[in-house]
This record gives sequence, structure tokens and C-alpha cells, in this order.
Amino acid sequence: MNDFLLIFRRDFTNKEAQPSPEELQNSISAWQNWFGGIAAQNKLARPLQRWDISGKVVKADKHVINGPFVEIKESIGGLVIIKAESYEDAVEIAQGCPILELGGNVEVRMATEPEG
Amino acid sequence: MKQQELIPNLFRSEYQKIVSVLCRLFGMAHIEIAEDIVSDTFLAATEIWSTKGLPDNPRAWLYTVAKNKTKNYLKRDALFQQKLSPEIQYDTTNTEEFELDLSVKNIGDSQLAMIFTVCNPQISKESQVALALNLLCGFGIQEIADAYLTNKEVVYKRLNRAKEKLKELNISIKQPSLNEIDLRMDNVLTTLYLLFSEGYYSTTQNTTLRRDFCTEAMRLVYLLTDHDHTNLPKVNALLSLMCFHTSRFDARSNQNGEAILYQDQDESLWNMELIDQGKYYLGLSAAGAQFSKYHLEAGIAYWHTYKEDTPEKWEQILQLYNNLLILEYSPIVALNRTFALAKVNGKLAAIAEAEKLKLTDHHFYYALLGNLYTDLDNEVALQHYKQALAMAVSDTEQLTISKHIQQLEKLI
Repeated sequence: MNDFLLIFRRDFTNKEAQPSPEELQNSISAWQNWFGGIAAQNKLARPLQRWDISGKVVKADKHVINGPFVEIKESIGGLVIIKAESYEDAVEIAQGCPILELGGNVEVRMATEPEG
Repeated sequence: MKQQELIPNLFRSEYQKIVSVLCRLFGMAHIEIAEDIVSDTFLAATEIWSTKGLPDNPRAWLYTVAKNKTKNYLKRDALFQQKLSPEIQYDTTNTEEFELDLSVKNIGDSQLAMIFTVCNPQISKESQVALALNLLCGFGIQEIADAYLTNKEVVYKRLNRAKEKLKELNISIKQPSLNEIDLRMDNVLTTLYLLFSEGYYSTTQNTTLRRDFCTEAMRLVYLLTDHDHTNLPKVNALLSLMCFHTSRFDARSNQNGEAILYQDQDESLWNMELIDQGKYYLGLSAAGAQFSKYHLEAGIAYWHTYKEDTPEKWEQILQLYNNLLILEYSPIVALNRTFALAKVNGKLAAIAEAEKLKLTDHHFYYALLGNLYTDLDNEVALQHYKQALAMAVSDTEQLTISKHIQQLEKLI
């Protein structure tokens, strides 16, 4: 088993891209069921943590701006660290993520040991 | 209550009270002396009451005798006095005036202190439960052995090891400080919950004993709610959970001791008074921001007090199970969560999730799959139930699974 980071991104700024209040309401139980399903397989690697939507961005010149990352238009909506056998296994779990229903995407990263 | 019931009940309830008070006075290092004094008291009661009949107030009689025996012991054993703490030595220098404090308040305080002493993480969980049954609930070695389906020897050894350990640690029994309550409370609640479960889920057929275990566990949690410093939201949540569970005690087995599943229970046998108490403590548990797994479990138990299946009920139960799993994984909770998922999203969705669980060591896993496949594919359902039957250990479980198999065989 390895740890995998799943980062959910979607556009939180563009008005047209926003889900309706009803869609958001429905997605609450979808999220809880998705997290519950991962936990039921004992594949939750860390406790869940909520994240502030906007946050801060430190630029190359150390200048600080408010999020999101304007360049890619999408913000991190949240993240979860899970246990999975392989990328294949982790991707299968990510395919159930409700962010996809809201037009977002999931980035999957395997945790690696520090080199050397 | 008849006399032959009264005496064991009185002994059980008074044993632990007097032992707690004496242990608090002498310190845990002298626990045998405390137990000897109480045993002597009960021996005297048995002898005298059998010839002269019951006194008007048996409890007061026991207290007077216990007080005198303690006084005599202190007078007789000068060596023991030297070993005691200076405060007690001071108190007991004039043994004529020494009075063992068996007031309601001191008994309550001593029992609370004893709870925190017994639930010590330095002794094993099962020993903590056994000690609690013995020292806090007054159950005898035979009774504990019956509940664990083991022999007296095993229980005796386990208790003695645990008592030796407590003596070794030489813990003085005092009111726990706020800091100690903070550090130790989760462990205390786990032990009391295990004690309750020992009664609620025990495989022994002795329903009276099982019910007594549950009642005693509830009494101890109630004691925690009765003291300001320990009256925490999670303590109320645990008490609420216990009330909801015990409300179904009369409905969950038939006269032969066979288990009756939730959906087949006669809800007129549910104890409404306990359900109301459960709701009361659930309300109290919502005070403050503190949140625990007992809140979630009490919530699940609360929704089960509505017999009728509504979409809201199962949606709520599912979300509570989701949160419980996110907080702490347990295979049984994972299986229960999947059952709730079937009620909300249908059996097909639940089968897909169930098969990801791969809990192939648990007969409940196969029983769940049997349940989910029933009506969808009865042949597959039958195979799963047969697998569950092959793995089930207790008679009650085997009987329940066999009934499902019989029903399916009729359908195929």
C-alpha cells in the first residue's frame, strides 16, 4: 500500500461555471458517501481536513496575492490522502469523486520517500 | 423483592461502595485489607440474618458493621497504621473517634475516584473491564466467568494480576484533577463501553446477568454525569447510546433466548421510558463544540428508535456511519454502513461497494452479501449465506443465518 494525494480542482471564480444551490446541496451527500466509501475500505490515510477556498499565493518575487492561481483558473477545492495499491487503484477511487460531476478534475499523486 | 434475591443484590451494590470508600482511605496498596473487611461484614450478615432474620434496615446494618470492623482493624494493627498516609494516621490515632464516612456523597466521590483508578491504561483493556466488573460493580468471580464463558480460575488470575499491577503502581485513590480527567476520560469511556457491550453482545444465554452488566455500566456512566467535572458532552452521548440500546432489550430475543433481528422486532416491546431518556441525554450531549464517536453512535441508535423506514431515516444513518468511519475505521461499522447505503442508493450500488470491502475473514461480510443478493440473485445469495454459516461461531448467529438459508431454499 502507498499513500496517494488526491487534489480536487475546479473553477470557483467564473460565475457561469458555478453549480446551482440545488446541485451543491445534492453534492454534499455525494461527497460524504464518497469519503465514507474510502473510509469503509480502510483506505483513508489521514484524517479529513477542510481547506479554505481562496488562500494566498506567494509569487516568485515573494509578492503575496490572494488565491486562486489565476493562470490556471482552477482552485484546489480540497484534498484527501488515501492508501491504494497502485496508481490504477487510486485512479479508480478518484473516478468516483463528486468534483467530476461539478465540472472539476482530480489530480492524483503518489507519495514518495525522500531520496538518498 | 424476595429475600433470596434481596441479599445477593444488596451485597453486590454495597460491596463495591464500601470497597471504594475503604480503598480511598487506605490506598490501592492495601486493597486486600479493604476486601477482607467487606467480606467479613457480609459473612457476619449471612450468619446473623439467617438465624435472626433480616434487620429493619439491612444497608444501615451493613454500614455499622463495616465501620466497626474497620475501627477494630485499625486499633489492632498498629503496624498497618504506620504504613498509612500521615493524614489517615492522624485521623486514626484516636480510633475511638474514628468514623468511616459512608455518606452518599463520600460513596459517590470514592466510586468516581475508583473508576479513574481501575481504568488505568497501564493494565490491559480486558483486565480493566474485569476489574470494573469486580470492584466497581460488585460482580463475583463466578458471575464474571459465566459472562465470559470461561472458568473461575481464569478470571481469578486475571483479577489478581490486575490488582497486583495497581498495587505496584501504588496509586493513591483521590479525586481526579481536571488534567487527569482530560487525559484519562477517553480510556474510562472505552472501558465502560466495553463493559456495556460485554452485557449487550455477550454470547452467554444468561439474560439476567447480561442485563445486570448493562445496568451497571449505565450506572457508572450516570455517576460521571452526576459530577460537574466529568459531566462532559461525550459522557452524555455515551449514556444516550446505552439508553437507546437497552430500550430494545425485551424485543431482541425470544423466550428461548434466540435473537430477533431489528426488522422483525415487536416495537411495542421497546421501552419508551429509556428511549425518552436517551433523547434527553442526546440533547445534553449537543452542548458545546465537543464531538466524539459516541455522538455519532448515539445518533445512529436514535434513528433506529423509529421503526418505520423513511428516506430521511436511512440517509441520516448513512451519513452518521460515513462520519464514524472517517473518524475511526472498524470492519463492523464498514459493513453496517454498506447496509445503510443499500437502503439509500439501492442494493446494486451497495453490492459494488460491499465487494470492495473484501472483509473475507468476517462471517458478517458474507451475511451482508447474502442479504444484498436476496431477490436480485437468490442462488448467489444462498452461496454467501452458506459461507457465513460455515464461519459463524455462536449458536444464535448460526440459527439466524440458517433461517435465511431455509427461506432462500424455498424460493429457488
